[in-house]
Amino acid sequence: MLERMLNVPPAFGWPAKDCGAGARVRILLGMRPVAVIGIGKTKFGAFLDRDLRSLAVEAGQKALQAAGVEPSRVEAFYLGNFAGPEFVSQNHLAPYVAGAMGIVGVPATRFEAACASSGSAFFHAVSAVGAGLYDMALVTGVEKMTSQPTSRVAGILAGAGDCAGEVKAGATFPALFAMIARRHMHQYGTQREHLAAVAVKNHANGVLNEYAHMRKAITLEQAMSGKPIADPLTVYDCSLVSDGAAAVLIAPLEAAREFGGKPVRIVGLAQTSDHVALDRKPDITTFDAVKRAGEKAYAMAGIGPAHVDLAELHDCFTIAEIIATEDLGFADKGNGGPFAASGCTAIGGWKPVNASGGLKAKGHPVGATGVAQICDVVEQLRGEAGARQVAKHAIGLAQNLGGSGATAVVTILAAA
Amino acid sequence: MSAILLAERALAETPRSAGGTVYTDTVIFSATEAFAQDVPYQIAIVDLDAGGRLTVRIDGDNVVIGDRVEFLDFRDGIPFYRKPR
Repeated sequence: MLERMLNVPPAFGWPAKDCGAGARVRILLGMRPVAVIGIGKTKFGAFLDRDLRSLAVEAGQKALQAAGVEPSRVEAFYLGNFAGPEFVSQNHLAPYVAGAMGIVGVPATRFEAACASSGSAFFHAVSAVGAGLYDMALVTGVEKMTSQPTSRVAGILAGAGDCAGEVKAGATFPALFAMIARRHMHQYGTQREHLAAVAVKNHANGVLNEYAHMRKAITLEQAMSGKPIADPLTVYDCSLVSDGAAAVLIAPLEAAREFGGKPVRIVGLAQTSDHVALDRKPDITTFDAVKRAGEKAYAMAGIGPAHVDLAELHDCFTIAEIIATEDLGFADKGNGGPFAASGCTAIGGWKPVNASGGLKAKGHPVGATGVAQICDVVEQLRGEAGARQVAKHAIGLAQNLGGSGATAVVTILAAA
Repeated sequence: MSAILLAERALAETPRSAGGTVYTDTVIFSATEAFAQDVPYQIAIVDLDAGGRLTVRIDGDNVVIGDRVEFLDFRDGIPFYRKPR
């Protein structure tokens, strides 16, 4: 047994470990190491003249071109998309998008997991390539949201909640996270200023990102006095309604060197689930799915939170970034608010979070977000993030959250 | 069986025990199409005395965490709660 373990690449040789809550990490002896060999993303924003397919195709083609790979070499296509049928009245989206890129004759499948749709697509693509099913897979995430009025967008997004319970009672997604924030404030003394500090930081980072939806710095005073959406959250606590797409091309690590660019290795990856309804969770100030996914991904990578140099966390609302820093072990439970306000998570801090501007400023085209996070971590690990480059960039983490915590995907990447 | 079905059954069987305590709440200022005419309105997650949690609408005075609330009525299948009179 020990010999077998010694023969596998170190990142995958981590022994079986009890991760709490009954979750167990399998020894991934049979899995091939997988690398990201190309990334592509569109600008995020409100694009009246762009449709869903053109955004997805732009991102996918950029990823293929970055690696110098012809569409005919792609052996499987994975599409992350939350609500194309509702937003743009188009179904059967995976072959619809793949065909327009010249990818035909291979499995083309859409994954839906609310805001974690493309994180889930990525998880399943890496699993299949790691298992040896394919030597080349393209994962694309896309959402086209701005073609609908705001109240309709809120209604479509609410479909990611429990429509027979909380949504029926009048909850919106900001309302669900407002109730989470309210409880976090009650239990841990988290302040409005802590939430606002997340918004200020992510807006400042977004200014440095040419692909960001909103490149506008805000002050703490502005963030504190925004228009109320769902008390205690204001418009500055909420991520943006955006159009956009992102794509990553993945292949076995052993083959990655033949393509251009610097390959980045996937060293830890987990997807987990929980109840959809917020009122089914025993403690809403923590996301159990994120904790479990984090523990599994850390165990798979053979590292802990202290080894992570930078992270892209799912700040659909400011409180979500605060809780993610706690659930992933960057901050102690309940201390995420002061941690955010301390400057630790700024680009120059010791644990930079959302150097891209996050969902708050980069934008949140729901189905694109999970893959866009991977793209942003890859850029950092390659040292190609320009003005927003963080100083230490050997290991990066991406955390993608679906709904109010019913799906979580955590990915740990390392410079290969 | 879902929490809401359990809670509805509990409410139907023991209406006088359908009280609870506010676990968390929010006042909504920006709603979906279906509720746009209601803003601002308050919803809360209530720890029911009979067990379980339920997401409810609050009628009348706003509530805060820890407040006692009692079942008022169902409107279009939505449970409304309020502070005890």
